[in-house]
Amino acid sequence: MSTQVEVQTFAFDDVSEAAVAKAIALYPPGKQMSAVKALLDIAQRQMARLTGIGWVPQAAMDVIAQRLGVAPIRVYENATFYTMFNTKPVGKYHLQVCTTTPCWLRGSDDIVKTCKSATGISSFGQTSEDGLFTLTEVECLGACVNAPILQINDDYYEDLDAARTEALLDGLKAGGALPPAGSTIGRQASAPVTHQTTLLPANGPAE
Amino acid sequence: MAKVTIDGIEVEVPNGSSVIQAAEAAGVEIPRFCYHERLSVAGNCRMCLVEIEKMPPRPQAACGMPVSDGMVVHTDTEMVRKGRRGVMEFLLINHPLDCPICDQGGECDLQDEAVSYGRDYSRYDEAKRAVTQPDWGPLVKTTMTRCIHCTRCIRFTTEVAGVAELGATSRGETTQVGTYVQKALSSELSGNIIDLCPVGALTSKPYAFTARPWELRKTDSVDVLDAVGANIRVDARGAEVLRILPRMNDDVNEEWLGDKSRFSVDGLKRRRLDRPWLRENGKLRPASWEEVFAVIAARMKGVTPDKLGAIAGDQCDVESLLALKQFFTAMGSQNIDCRQDGAVFDSSRRSFYLFNTTIAGIDEADALLIIGSNPRHEAPVLNARIRKRWLAGGFMVGLIGMPHQLTYPVDQVGAGPEAIGALLDGLAPFANVLAAAKKPMIILGAGVLARPDGAAIHSAAWQLALKYNMLTTEWHGFNVLHNAAARTGALDIGFVPGVAGKATTQMLRGGVDVLWLQAADELDVAAIGKDTFVIYQGHHGDTGAARADVILPGAAYTEKDGTYVNTEGRVQYGAVAVKPPGDAREDWRIIRALSAYMGHALPYDTLQELRAHLADSYPVFAVDGGFHRFAGTDTAVPAGDVAAMSNVPFTPVFSNYYQTDSISRASPTMAACIAAHAPAAAEAAE
Repeated sequence: MSTQVEVQTFAFDDVSEAAVAKAIALYPPGKQMSAVKALLDIAQRQMARLTGIGWVPQAAMDVIAQRLGVAPIRVYENATFYTMFNTKPVGKYHLQVCTTTPCWLRGSDDIVKTCKSATGISSFGQTSEDGLFTLTEVECLGACVNAPILQINDDYYEDLDAARTEALLDGLKAGGALPPAGSTIGRQASAPVTHQTTLLPANGPAE
Repeated sequence: MAKVTIDGIEVEVPNGSSVIQAAEAAGVEIPRFCYHERLSVAGNCRMCLVEIEKMPPRPQAACGMPVSDGMVVHTDTEMVRKGRRGVMEFLLINHPLDCPICDQGGECDLQDEAVSYGRDYSRYDEAKRAVTQPDWGPLVKTTMTRCIHCTRCIRFTTEVAGVAELGATSRGETTQVGTYVQKALSSELSGNIIDLCPVGALTSKPYAFTARPWELRKTDSVDVLDAVGANIRVDARGAEVLRILPRMNDDVNEEWLGDKSRFSVDGLKRRRLDRPWLRENGKLRPASWEEVFAVIAARMKGVTPDKLGAIAGDQCDVESLLALKQFFTAMGSQNIDCRQDGAVFDSSRRSFYLFNTTIAGIDEADALLIIGSNPRHEAPVLNARIRKRWLAGGFMVGLIGMPHQLTYPVDQVGAGPEAIGALLDGLAPFANVLAAAKKPMIILGAGVLARPDGAAIHSAAWQLALKYNMLTTEWHGFNVLHNAAARTGALDIGFVPGVAGKATTQMLRGGVDVLWLQAADELDVAAIGKDTFVIYQGHHGDTGAARADVILPGAAYTEKDGTYVNTEGRVQYGAVAVKPPGDAREDWRIIRALSAYMGHALPYDTLQELRAHLADSYPVFAVDGGFHRFAGTDTAVPAGDVAAMSNVPFTPVFSNYYQTDSISRASPTMAACIAAHAPAAAEAAE
């Protein structure tokens, strides 16, 4: 387990400020609250950029509340409702395994097992000793065609099995960068694995 | 208007009403947990399901469904019953079976509805949800395993109390209603969420495990801890008042009650004066009624009438004040004053010292100027009414005085009387707001009147009302917000110095030889002359009793039938919930007995006779409820030289909200509140 990081103060840096101004400008005056999720995301990305850990400390939520002119609790509600916001520090790589039915039918149990054994994490919500990984169980990631899915930070790794998951995590443990996202079996987008089965020239509209 | 048929009963309700409101109008009860008529509609408990003809064949939530003309609603069909049973089953999945140890037992909506719609066994085999117990401060006890996420408490604190501290964090099964960050609720109205909670998740912390509702004797009464006169219900068992709850009165407190009024009840059994005391050789010793009467008679007969004085406290009933006034008149003294804060102002006409707009009238106002008052501390329920008006839109509030965290935005117009002068000259920017308003109002804090230039400011404020068209045949926008429950009633019976009489400040510092303090604790007792003989009649061993030479044990407001007039001039009646402790007696009886002892027997032997006498002498007391709204037709200005206004900024009347009188000062719960909020208060002061 990584030790709890105490963050007492938070301020948007220049990069974030530009994004914040843009996000708030999207909404009419008096409706700034609508930008709350954008600002939470900007804060989380700033934390990742500056500290290597993408999370939203309470100090950041308070800053956002003040910026948007709403009660802090309204920001806490948003931050805790959406699983994309981490209200506690996570590892450098946030492993989000989908275990909803399609992924589960396609073997997400194996992915979970592999994630645990490869990182030494015993249960969901925990962070590995080396602080590299946090394992989270998530609901449908909306990429069922390429199930099972493991989301690492912003990227989807699809069509996984135990071996490929282990290789992926071992690479990260060895200090490698995240490999290109997408299917791990070379599937083109969400096309059928074998060959094209629809919209074939013979059946398709005349060109 | 829309014609709606509910279970065969045809009613007409305004367009835009919901089905649940139509059902209410038809007298049909629809069960609900999240819906509350004074809060926004959340529609998340799904208990109010009904069947509506010509709608898709599924149950509809009555709270969120607007009526339409010709709608036919059934509230008791098989589909409805099945739907509600299903809802109950889901609500009870995570609800613990701890009714026997739950304080809500016996007055629990969930318990009641479970009788109608609950199953007798659970089909849910998994472990129930576990939650951590948050601490919301010394008033509200939380047992969040019982929470059904109706969000009434969240909506109340956000909408009515105006202190957005509660929210629903996380989601799904892990949803938690709470503050997220550990803190005590900072609202002065936080106790109301206990009443609003339909289950046992939020209960009263001081009252925990004290009694069951069916053991309690319920007495309708009136609150005296501020001048709003909130209608209350006093729940007692045996000789002890156990809790105080608000009663509904749309014209006064709606259904809310301030925390001080609700939770000071433990102060009613502490530091009580339960027998007469007599000071001998500098020390108070217990005495008998005969002894103290003899001592008082000897002392009072030993001085000339102009050396006798009486000062009335802030929580006295009108009956005892009338008796005291007439007793002093019989003794030949004109030295009586109900303004222990030392205020001197023109009270010759009722509208000079009333909250003339009335509390319900705030709903009609379209601009407000607050002068030297912090309504959030002096009258939290009234402040909630102002916030309600502000929420409705088109309402600007200006403030002259210390900046306060009110629960609505204010324009800081100024800090002291010079800002009134600026407005009179039409100079301050807020003058435009007042000039443009159709029904503007002024709230003048009673604390202002206690200043040396109080009378001048009183007069200036009235002239401000005149200048900005607040006094018309349809509208009276001049208001004094008192903070003492007894003040209006006392002024109504003229408990002020006679022509040759001395006011409070003149009676202090040796101005009189015998000083009668009628439960007066809010004055500077150190300023009472060293040789002045002090008679204290009251219920608590507070500052007044500590200085007294003789103590006459009286009754607190829960122990006597009393008449009180609230700040808007509404005559209301408190009632006996329990007997006064020990040898203590109802206050008017003590004065009546002493008057007879001294040979000036007052002309009434019973409360009925006293009240008849009161109604004869002062017609406002003749009508039950004795209340009518004034029009601002009589525009004569109260006495006071506007030029005498100083430039000293207004200061708050109360340093804190929780302990402002002898009852709340004796309350451990109120002390705990002060301790809980002390760091926050210190922070705010910086």
